[in-house]
Amino acid sequence: MTRKISYCEALNEAMAQEMGRDSSVFVYGIGVPDHKRVFGSTAGLVEKFGPERCFDTPLCEDSMTGFGLGAAINGMRPIHVHIRVDFLLLAMNQLANMVSSYRYVSGGKLSVPMVIRAVIGRGWGQGFQHSKSMYSVFAHIPGLKVVLPTTPRDAKGLLISAIRDDNPVLFIEHRWLYWQEAEVPAEPFTIPLGEANTLLEGTDVTVVATSWMNVEALKAAEILSRRGVSVEIVDPRTIAPLNDNLIISSVEKTGLCIVADNDWLHCGFSAEVAARVSEKCFGKLRQPVYRIGFASTPCPTVRNLENEFYPSAITIIRAIEKMLRLGPTDLSKEEFYSHEKRFKGPF
Amino acid sequence: MDTRELNLELYRKLYLARRAEEKIREHYGENEMKTPMHMSMGEEAIAVGVCHALKAEDQVFGTYRSHAIYLAKTLNTDDFFAEMYGKDIALLKGKGGSMHMCAPDHGFMGTSAIVASAIPVAVGASFANRQRGNGKLVAVFFGDGAVDEGAFWESLNVACLMKLPIILVCEDNGLAVHTPTSKRRGYTSISGVVAEFNCNVLEENTTDVEVIYKLTHKAIDLIKTTGMPCFMHLRYYRYLEHVGVNEDFDAGYRSRYEFEEWYKRDPVKLQREKLLHRYSIKEDEVTRIEKEIDSQIEKSVIVAKQAPFAECSELYRGVFA
Repeated sequence: MTRKISYCEALNEAMAQEMGRDSSVFVYGIGVPDHKRVFGSTAGLVEKFGPERCFDTPLCEDSMTGFGLGAAINGMRPIHVHIRVDFLLLAMNQLANMVSSYRYVSGGKLSVPMVIRAVIGRGWGQGFQHSKSMYSVFAHIPGLKVVLPTTPRDAKGLLISAIRDDNPVLFIEHRWLYWQEAEVPAEPFTIPLGEANTLLEGTDVTVVATSWMNVEALKAAEILSRRGVSVEIVDPRTIAPLNDNLIISSVEKTGLCIVADNDWLHCGFSAEVAARVSEKCFGKLRQPVYRIGFASTPCPTVRNLENEFYPSAITIIRAIEKMLRLGPTDLSKEEFYSHEKRFKGPF
Repeated sequence: MDTRELNLELYRKLYLARRAEEKIREHYGENEMKTPMHMSMGEEAIAVGVCHALKAEDQVFGTYRSHAIYLAKTLNTDDFFAEMYGKDIALLKGKGGSMHMCAPDHGFMGTSAIVASAIPVAVGASFANRQRGNGKLVAVFFGDGAVDEGAFWESLNVACLMKLPIILVCEDNGLAVHTPTSKRRGYTSISGVVAEFNCNVLEENTTDVEVIYKLTHKAIDLIKTTGMPCFMHLRYYRYLEHVGVNEDFDAGYRSRYEFEEWYKRDPVKLQREKLLHRYSIKEDEVTRIEKEIDSQIEKSVIVAKQAPFAECSELYRGVFA
């Protein structure tokens, strides 16, 4: 059975179903069982599974990450939740020095079936410490899997896969995606980690987009389709390990590639995609790969500067026009997303 | 087990740990063991005393200075030397080396060369054991330098808050690399501060392995009766340099006199004398045991030296499950 639920409900359902199926799964983190329940994503879990399997923690992200590692090598399946990815930086020692390499230096005797959920995204002037993406930093480290679900269906199917995976998985959720609604199967199902998704088929240009930037890319594609431009959008969904087959076959078809990343550009995931596309599609690329991402500054709080910091559908439209040598589309009558107009989908 | 047998067993383990490291010192100059050595010499009574009190299925976590703990828990000199030489026959096939020993089948669950980083992992392992109701106890070893790290206090807090079955073993040699505690602490007593937490605190300044063994049993009993973790503060003297197989008494940060005072009650020597004098075990018997262990170590070294390295493709194996 399929019905329409939100991305947030999909995350919640994935955890509830897996906790019901497997008693070794537990969920913990700062604020997990409080009245706000991490934007509602952990709602109902403590009532259903009790305080031993759904619990709050002291403010010690680093040690609670090591705690998850220790539980995982002893047969549990922890889900550690961070309401902002910025807080997870306190756990970089455990992530980079311990979690990522524990299996490798156990001679394969120990595995680390651990999920770390972290929320990214912008909002009401979140500022420079509540707005980072960071996933390319995690993806840089061998031994960590990094997943960026975009649709409600991805949220559920990929989270169930992540929980069942015997490796550490960082599960990065954009706050604005929480509100979107779409058809999601009610029963448990999996979407394999490492499988990209073609969100929109097209022929003129490939846009490789991550997380929220897929929403911006879809808006850009919709506007440009009225001018007869056919945009293909590829969402890698798992950025580590990266399976680039779908990206490469799309660029081979279109000959043009824009990477719209929800992150800074320098040394970021967009650079990895650009490098791979340049290596693997060299003869077929008609123009250099173009990258779109955050301004190379800390994220400011005030709205006009924040708008300048973040790329949007307009940034993507202008990049595509330039690539296709089209004049600028009149966007004066278009409506774009903003914090005041919460995104409700659908996909 | 009677006291005589117990003390023989403890001596076997002490002697094994000491002689294995003496063997490392003998061969290290050949440059075949290409791994930084953080030697246990001086701390053997702690490693052996604690590990011997644990059940085989109990779990320990260590640091980059874990030779003695590894040997006390596993008695496996074959894998020990194979890993030092980085050979294919070792469980880790040389991926870990001296600083990253691991033998999960023996309950030796791993180490960290980042100070204090294994402590939270041990706390999580202890939580899993309780959740699974398997009765396993966890002991995590760390130096006094680890107490400077936030991860120690975070982990202590969590272990106390969650009332976990874990022994936190502070092996205090008074040095973090070369920096003495007096230059690192804004307080007087570790045990005093830790005692403010909801846990049991045991303290001992001894090189007598039997005393540490009994103290560990007391720790285990306290964990069971109080339902709270136990912090053990145990002192020892590091005989060799922080990293490497040599003495460094000429470096200026400590004196040979200090060492000589501690060496008078060297844990291995002390236990041997106890066997001869308190338990009236004949020197012949002690020597026979020592020879047995020496030949076990000798054989392990030969096997390790002769074994091949892993194929280069091994590099890529084991990153993901």
